[in-house]
Amino acid sequence: MAVASSFALLATACGGGDDGSSGSGGSSAAALEGRGPITLASGKDTSGNLQNQLNAWNASHPNEKVELKELPEDANAQRQQMIQNAQAQSDAFSVLSMDVVWTSEFAANQWVTQIPEDKVPDLGKLIPATVETAKYRDKLYGVPVTSDGGLLYYRKDLLTKAGIAEAPKTWDEMLAACQKVAALPEAKGMSCYSGQFEKYEGLTVNFAEAVNSAGGVIVDKDGKPNVNTPEAKAGLEELVNGFKTGAIPKAAITYKEEESRRAFQEGKLLFLRNWPYVYAKAEATDGSSKVAGKFAVAPLPGKTGPGVSSLGGHDYAISSFAKNKATALDFINFMASEERQKANIEKTSQAPSWASLYDDPALTKQFPYLAPLKASILGAQPRPRVVKYGDVTAAIQAAAYDTLKPGSTVTPDKALADLQTKLETLITN
Amino acid sequence: MTASTPVPEGPASTSKRQQRFNEGTGRLAAILLSPTLLVLAVVVLFPIISALKESLFQSGQRLDENGFIVKGSTFVGLDNYLDIFRGETGDRFWNAFYNTTFFTVVCVVLETVLGVAMALIMHKAFKGRGLVRASILVPWAIPTVISALLWKWIFQADGIANTLLGSQVLWSTEGWQSKLSVVIADTWKTAPFIGLLVLAGLQTIPAEVYEAAKVDGANAWRTFTRITLPLVKPALLVAVLFRILDTLRIFDLPFVLVGQHKNSVETLSMLAYDEASNVRFGPAAAYATLLFLYVAVVAYLFVKILGADVIGEARAKKPGGGRRKKNGGAGAAAATAAVGVSAASGSGRSI
Repeated sequence: MAVASSFALLATACGGGDDGSSGSGGSSAAALEGRGPITLASGKDTSGNLQNQLNAWNASHPNEKVELKELPEDANAQRQQMIQNAQAQSDAFSVLSMDVVWTSEFAANQWVTQIPEDKVPDLGKLIPATVETAKYRDKLYGVPVTSDGGLLYYRKDLLTKAGIAEAPKTWDEMLAACQKVAALPEAKGMSCYSGQFEKYEGLTVNFAEAVNSAGGVIVDKDGKPNVNTPEAKAGLEELVNGFKTGAIPKAAITYKEEESRRAFQEGKLLFLRNWPYVYAKAEATDGSSKVAGKFAVAPLPGKTGPGVSSLGGHDYAISSFAKNKATALDFINFMASEERQKANIEKTSQAPSWASLYDDPALTKQFPYLAPLKASILGAQPRPRVVKYGDVTAAIQAAAYDTLKPGSTVTPDKALADLQTKLETLITN
Repeated sequence: MTASTPVPEGPASTSKRQQRFNEGTGRLAAILLSPTLLVLAVVVLFPIISALKESLFQSGQRLDENGFIVKGSTFVGLDNYLDIFRGETGDRFWNAFYNTTFFTVVCVVLETVLGVAMALIMHKAFKGRGLVRASILVPWAIPTVISALLWKWIFQADGIANTLLGSQVLWSTEGWQSKLSVVIADTWKTAPFIGLLVLAGLQTIPAEVYEAAKVDGANAWRTFTRITLPLVKPALLVAVLFRILDTLRIFDLPFVLVGQHKNSVETLSMLAYDEASNVRFGPAAAYATLLFLYVAVVAYLFVKILGADVIGEARAKKPGGGRRKKNGGAGAAAATAAVGVSAASGSGRSI
């Protein structure tokens, strides 16, 4: 990674000479022209199905074939490679598979091209919240191809035993359910709830969900930071109190997705907030999971009603420096189509952005979590859409971590006031 | 290094011929060396200069009315450097500076003690010596990132460290425990390096010296302090110098083992990385340059004060008046140059 950063230093140094020019690529009104071979830059395909998807395109477009440029698995490394490529104004990457939180940065730097909405005929069929992630200043810069939302995994067996028929819809209901279950002999040594609270992107996700679920925002609709509010405080306090009362185990401050998944699979947690990928692993019957067949999923709980999930997923965008942009646009439409998205979820269980797929009877049978996932994504909110996302997410993590870490003396009031100040300096648009 | 070019001496009558000869060989040497110098210029000189240049510029920090980043970079003089010491970033910098220095001092001391002990064990003739040597070297053979991951597993909340200690220490949280975990993992990995170099030094000590000491009735401690340590000192100093330079640039271990943005373990390399990954290459280059200067100063002082013979010059030359001092200086310069390269071009170690 450090090597990459030093190359980045080099790359900008080399490009220093022509800094005076206003930059040829990236003008937002540029027509999407040119046909021929293109490339898709995407993170390491752990599902193994991406090439099949590309083969389907290549079979019908022999003169406009797409080649996969596989980037590292780590999202930061992917972003760095894409940025280096853009700064070198290279046409090596035509279509970029962007993490949903990169859109503003890439668009503001004009590394990706604006896509006229009428050129994406299926846009109305995609879940609106996912389309929002691809927009910067109300203009479209990408098309969502996959999505992701948080789910509440819960131990159905124990809830049933304690006489609770339904998954909790609010935090209070969840804590009440925990108290009932705690009386059971099976619940010995179990904790109530966990999400991901290590200092990394997952903490931003969990913090944003707590704040949004309590009716607060981090950044409001106009793009202004507004996190020093009673609602945001209520959300953060829910987490603080969870740690204080032991409802959230102490160790959760070190949990990323995988640590929290293992804790749930080992039967240490009654409730877990995690992504859909956990379902298949927790359901594994090879002995790796102690909770196979004993759990179910529901949408996230909130303060007074259903909770608000943060959005994950990827948007496909066209590099400003690409050749054959017309082909790239066609390819993106092809990948976002119902047929391709269906083929993809069947093989990979990656959440689609196409709304109607969540109601497909065959799919809901194959993936029982699709119904709660649809509810989660329909109500989801993107993480702050800001140009300096890296700095903003670091500031959010610092604020949340400082209040949650063991022995912390920082009150939610102070943390949120400081965060507001910090965000105001970072978000100037 | 120019010191190695022989200075023409002798009477005036032969000096012309001599000079022509010298010019000829000098030219030939220059021609033969030019590919090397060219490569060095491209991979060493150019990155350093361009990083220095980069550190005087800023770019991509302003938005125009359409929400697009204003292109082009502006010359800001020393602002990037001054910003490092101002306000919140100043606190962060000094914290990272302290952490870097703390890790360097603590880790290198521990590694030196353990490394020398390991070398002494490896040097002894006993049954299964080969096995012991190999097993001591295993940690050194493992890439740092992998060993960081291994230790991350060990230091997990429900990991083996907590099981053995019978406690619930949350190692990756802020505080002394995260520092300790980095020190343990770094010592585990790199003590064998010092061990290996010291072992090489030990093997050059003739057995007669020890026999003589035995005959004179010296005990083991005296033998160690009066014979082993002085004779192994050149090798040991080089090993320690390398470790100091390496640890001053420590990046991957805290980054992977504990994580980013943790005050307890954030080091100077991590600051440079953080700036670069947020596409602020000017400030990143400024951080890298500061680290480069810090490393260079430390290396220079180390060589000056302890007289570490980094490039093996002192032994090759005859001991003579002022000569020795000059060699010391050349060695120091060479060492700082080598260090500077890695610090400036790396802004951290590979991960």
